[in-house]
Amino acid sequence: MNNDKNALDRRSFLKASLLSGGGLMLTVSWLSSFKSPHKAEALNLPDQWSQLNGYIQITSDNKIKLICPNPEFGQNVMTSLPMIVAEELDADWKNVVVEMGPHDPVKLGAQFTGGSNSVRMYWKPLREAGAAARQMLREAAAQTWNVPVGEVTTKAGVLLHSSGKSAKYGEMASKAAGVPVPKELKLKSPKEFTVVRKSKKNVEVQKITSGKPLFGLDYTVDGMLIAMIQHPPAFGMKVKSFDAAETLKMPGIKDVFILKLYEDGFEQGGFDTRSFNELLVIVGNTTWEVMNARKKLTVSWESAGQLKDTVAGRDGKKREVVVPGALESTTTQMQQMQDYAAKPAQQLRKDGDPETAFKNAAQVIERTYNGPFLAHNCMEPMNFFAHVTEEKALLAGPLQAPGWAEPTLAKLLNLPPEKIEIQMTRMGGGFGRRAYAHYLSEAALISRKVKAPVKLMYTREDDMTYGIYRPMYTATYRAALDANKNLIAFHVKGGGIPEHPIHANRFPAGAVDNYLAEGWQIPSNITIGAFRAPRSNFNAAAEQSFLDEVAEAAGKDPIEFRLALLKRAKENPVGKNNEYEPDRYAGVLQLVRDKSNWGKPGNEKFHRGVAAYFCHNSYAAHVVDMVSRDGQPYVERVYSAMDCGIVINPDAATNMVQGAVVDGIGNSFYGELTFKDGVPQKNNFSNYRMIRINEVPKSIEVHFVENDLDPTGLGEPPFPPVFGAVANALHKLKGKRYYNQPFRDEPEKTI
Amino acid sequence: MAKITLNINKKDYQLEADPQMPLLWAIRDLAGLKGTKYGCGVAQCGACVVHLDGEAVRSCVTKVSRATGKKVVTIEGLSENNSHPVQKAWQEVDVPQCGYCHSGQIMSAAVLLREKPNPTDQDIDDAMAGNICRCGTYLRIREAIHKAAEMQQKAPVKG
Ligand code: FES
Ligand code: FES
Repeated sequence: MNNDKNALDRRSFLKASLLSGGGLMLTVSWLSSFKSPHKAEALNLPDQWSQLNGYIQITSDNKIKLICPNPEFGQNVMTSLPMIVAEELDADWKNVVVEMGPHDPVKLGAQFTGGSNSVRMYWKPLREAGAAARQMLREAAAQTWNVPVGEVTTKAGVLLHSSGKSAKYGEMASKAAGVPVPKELKLKSPKEFTVVRKSKKNVEVQKITSGKPLFGLDYTVDGMLIAMIQHPPAFGMKVKSFDAAETLKMPGIKDVFILKLYEDGFEQGGFDTRSFNELLVIVGNTTWEVMNARKKLTVSWESAGQLKDTVAGRDGKKREVVVPGALESTTTQMQQMQDYAAKPAQQLRKDGDPETAFKNAAQVIERTYNGPFLAHNCMEPMNFFAHVTEEKALLAGPLQAPGWAEPTLAKLLNLPPEKIEIQMTRMGGGFGRRAYAHYLSEAALISRKVKAPVKLMYTREDDMTYGIYRPMYTATYRAALDANKNLIAFHVKGGGIPEHPIHANRFPAGAVDNYLAEGWQIPSNITIGAFRAPRSNFNAAAEQSFLDEVAEAAGKDPIEFRLALLKRAKENPVGKNNEYEPDRYAGVLQLVRDKSNWGKPGNEKFHRGVAAYFCHNSYAAHVVDMVSRDGQPYVERVYSAMDCGIVINPDAATNMVQGAVVDGIGNSFYGELTFKDGVPQKNNFSNYRMIRINEVPKSIEVHFVENDLDPTGLGEPPFPPVFGAVANALHKLKGKRYYNQPFRDEPEKTI
Repeated sequence: MAKITLNINKKDYQLEADPQMPLLWAIRDLAGLKGTKYGCGVAQCGACVVHLDGEAVRSCVTKVSRATGKKVVTIEGLSENNSHPVQKAWQEVDVPQCGYCHSGQIMSAAVLLREKPNPTDQDIDDAMAGNICRCGTYLRIREAIHKAAEMQQKAPVKG
């Protein structure tokens, strides 16, 4: 047992009470320092966010109800987070039922699904919650049996004493509610785990396979109306006028109107991004009626011109952000990027004397990589239910960050937070997209205007053409080798529309004496947002294919080349603030090398590519085995190695990694959104190609580094290096390098 | 608007609907069965697959008028107690991530297994290529279909 030293600071926030009808309810309330969000914080979440609150309820008939604080979007938190509580509670998993909590930051904490942070942020608090309840149950049993509490043990939801006495948790729950909350908590050591590290089935799998109404689009109440928004056909445009006469004649149509989302000067938080501010709304009785009648609208659009947004700064000061008015096209964007790439950029990190090192190099390798805008394409399009009256607001739907949506909503509706109830439905995917809750605010304003409960729904086309995309990126890498083929300098200069992709303190920073990282960005009216491992999902592709090419030039095996650099970073690190741990980085490379039989006979049929990456606190490496099938490159087999510390739910974790690999392969080959005069050139799955079952590998073998380190996330880390591994395998297959995403044979675009 | 009788999951629903309305919206909005999902509306993703007289159809592009006089089966009616071999295999393999695509995946897989009780990987890929899973659970879909085939052979489904 480990004594938890921090528990003393927190004990006063644990509160026990009697459930009505008997039983224990443990409210675990830590003070939450959670405030309104900023983008930078969200991508690099501070430690104090791990302070949160939770619920455990044990009824006298021995049911254990655990409340999941974080929204579920397929990462399986509704199973893994309660498993953590159940572990320290020593509960019998069979008796556990899980319920999704409402948005309640005082009781449930930050409730943020994103940044691969759910497990990492809730690990310690949820363990403490479980441990406290278990200690109180033991105390209750000790009092009842009149034995010292130290002699009461627990096993799978049963309290035991050497005298032969035993009781189920439920029998002691009411009494435990009256026991003082323990002053010191004892947490299990990893070798005592009985729930964590043992695969548990998704607690909602039965509901999913029987079609229960779990999702936001399924949510309904009597008298609910359906709303849709006709947004401009192009970024940089707005509605000029409209004629709804024909639409209003259609059956079931209630109203057509224009609604302003943010008033002028509205101070936007970091996740209040929206593409269009004046909303042409159509409201009716049923989905089909609204969809159909919308087609009869006559709208004329005009250029929105240059706009100014007011954005909250991290320092509490607001600033004005200029949104350019031009109707942008991919071709002109490429030209613009080329111009910017040639100009001086912002220095992000510098070690040693890279200029001199490049001058004195025996060989310099320089390559440029490009990546397009990507749409998230969550399987369930954006939607939200809202019922807003003068007094209060009820909202329900798919949302990653209710804690960020609520302050915005409070301002928009002029209601205090306690009058706003947000319920989180299961999300049909998220991938970062649902951290931007403009659609929730839109639903709320529409409901207030029409004075009825409303479901706002985006069609697939609305969803894909709305914005909040993965930015468009480019990066030029340079490497200097000396006469002995040693890497003596490394330079990366990256840019993007509208943000650059560079993580300046990531590998190979720390492993090269002379290092320079620079970034530049071009403003745009095309909105962007977090997309599964923001920036990393481009960097890993570019940097990991570049390192492959440098290793080749140096005449080294790509894995051994990286391992040698990591050894250097470990033994004699260059510079400060290196974000990664070289040992753990090397660990996943070694594991994937061994599991894939890298460099060993027996794999001649395959063209093999390797890549590794660190992001969101976890380490990932993949070996991709490619063949040619019907003349097309086909990834037949993948080996993955992950280090995310303790793996809470191994089978679900494996599912997550496999899904990330499939997503990575799909986006490597097909992911792309281009623009012409502000118009997205794809609007549905008929032209936006998604990976399908006939294109996925036969096997994706996932291995985890075994250690007892505190767990970190898995939703994002396995995704970025897939691109790099695919690029490197393609090089082996085709005998040429692919520098532009998506990887395909066509006249090469160049920047 | 017309009066339309739809037989869904062995139950008759008297609906007022535009005969042009896609079956998907009649099922979801008028009959109130939310298990059948909307993903694209243009026959590309398979989230909306239901059985029409035993055939897998994309309800988003099937006019409701085409379903009158026929038997519609949705995910809610695929079995009693969630016990169709495909459903059981899905649970056992723990296929879903977000779960949104899986009503359609399961409905497509059920028809495949009726037509090919012992499908190869190739059969599965051919039959399931119309169902997108954005979360990428495809390997588990293959595995679960093989498992369902085994289960079905041990205890054949009736009807
Ligand atoms: S919703 Fe019918 S195929 Fe996509
Ligand atoms: S599980 Fe999310 S789309 Fe298939």
